Amino acid sequence: MNAASGYAIKLDSFEGPLDLLLHLVVQHEMDIYDIPIAKITEQYLFYLEQMEAQNIDVASEFLLMAATLIHIKSKMLLPVPPIESSDDLDIDPRVELVHRLLEYQRYKDGAQQLDEYPQLERDVFARPENAESDMAESTLAPDVTGEVGLFELVQALRGVLERVVEPPYHEVYVTDLTVAEAGQKLRALLDGREHMPFNECFSDLPRRLEIVVMFIAVLECVKLQRCKIVQLNPQGMIYIYPVHTQNCSSDCTSQEE
Amino acid sequence: MDSATLKSRLEAVLFASDEPLRMDRLLAIFEVEREQLRLVLQELTVDYAQESRGILLQEIAGGFQLRTRPEYAPWVLKLKSSRRTRLSKAATETLAIIAYRQPVTRAEIEYLRGVESGGLVRLLMEKQLIKVVGKKDAPGKPSLYGTTKYFLEYFGLKDLSGLPNLQEFTAPDDAALSLEMDFDN
Repeated sequence: MNAASGYAIKLDSFEGPLDLLLHLVVQHEMDIYDIPIAKITEQYLFYLEQMEAQNIDVASEFLLMAATLIHIKSKMLLPVPPIESSDDLDIDPRVELVHRLLEYQRYKDGAQQLDEYPQLERDVFARPENAESDMAESTLAPDVTGEVGLFELVQALRGVLERVVEPPYHEVYVTDLTVAEAGQKLRALLDGREHMPFNECFSDLPRRLEIVVMFIAVLECVKLQRCKIVQLNPQGMIYIYPVHTQNCSSDCTSQEE
Repeated sequence: MDSATLKSRLEAVLFASDEPLRMDRLLAIFEVEREQLRLVLQELTVDYAQESRGILLQEIAGGFQLRTRPEYAPWVLKLKSSRRTRLSKAATETLAIIAYRQPVTRAEIEYLRGVESGGLVRLLMEKQLIKVVGKKDAPGKPSLYGTTKYFLEYFGLKDLSGLPNLQEFTAPDDAALSLEMDFDN
């Protein structure tokens, strides 16, 4: 990369300006409670220059920290105004930075230790989620409260859409499936059942547009409290549960037209 | 039910379960005294803890679960023909901050890390290790993040008290610092 100069300095990567500052403090054996600001600023700026020399984009956070360091230095050079409330008087401008560095060091250590813990699917394994868990049948009344999160729902929809094979050419087609019709279809599918896997309501819909219409119908149904979307475990299957109410009029979506 | 029978039945149920089983759930299944179940769980844990076994019985996220021993991961991974996935350093750092400081806003995470962390927060949400636990009563009503039950399962923790202890630093407070200043002058 740096062919002209004949050598290239290998730069360690840092998670951010605090990480870099901590590294400099340790490397130059500075006392963290009494950081020589001039020296650390110099080292810090030297590092940023190295980054630029290697065509690494210097993130704005690094520049902000450089400005902060210089700001601290200039504050320390200024004479302290003689009469002030005595509390403000002797606050070292370095205090906040030291605080942040120490806090950051703590979480960095915590993260390191956490990383050494045996992790699921990396170091330890448990029985994987049963896709069609039998337990769902037996233990779940319709009043289950395994609320599905937005992310999971979007991911499930994405999964359904990914299975749609789009032709290599663009086809303009007319679909006559309305949200109301999709809602009726959904109710027909749910009729007499305790619950239905989320994917099933899209099973006979070959096109992207129709899937989207059905998805809106599902959301509509949830909004009207005619069904519930439930996920029992993280990463588990998503189910649609019909909500049985007494005076359930036959078409729920028509009123929305 | 004598304890030997209960132990075998318990083992069968734990083996078949795909999630940590809570004490209450086990009590409902076996209809025995809590104390008896507790003792048998303990015995079974000790049985599995022997060196020669490939699995462990662990208390995780408030329940009990059978898990493979960490030292046999290479062979299990061959079975699953998957590569080891791991969280990046930055992601683990962000996750640690959320775990220790929860509930915490994105701005607070970014202040602590000194870098923009929106992408990492989103990644951790997608991995279901964290979730939005509320809104902070501050301008803009920023979301507050916290860890999920799956986070406990992921790191094999019984509860949040199982997190590694954070090192305490001595006297980072203003008083000590200003004292030093005086001496410098």
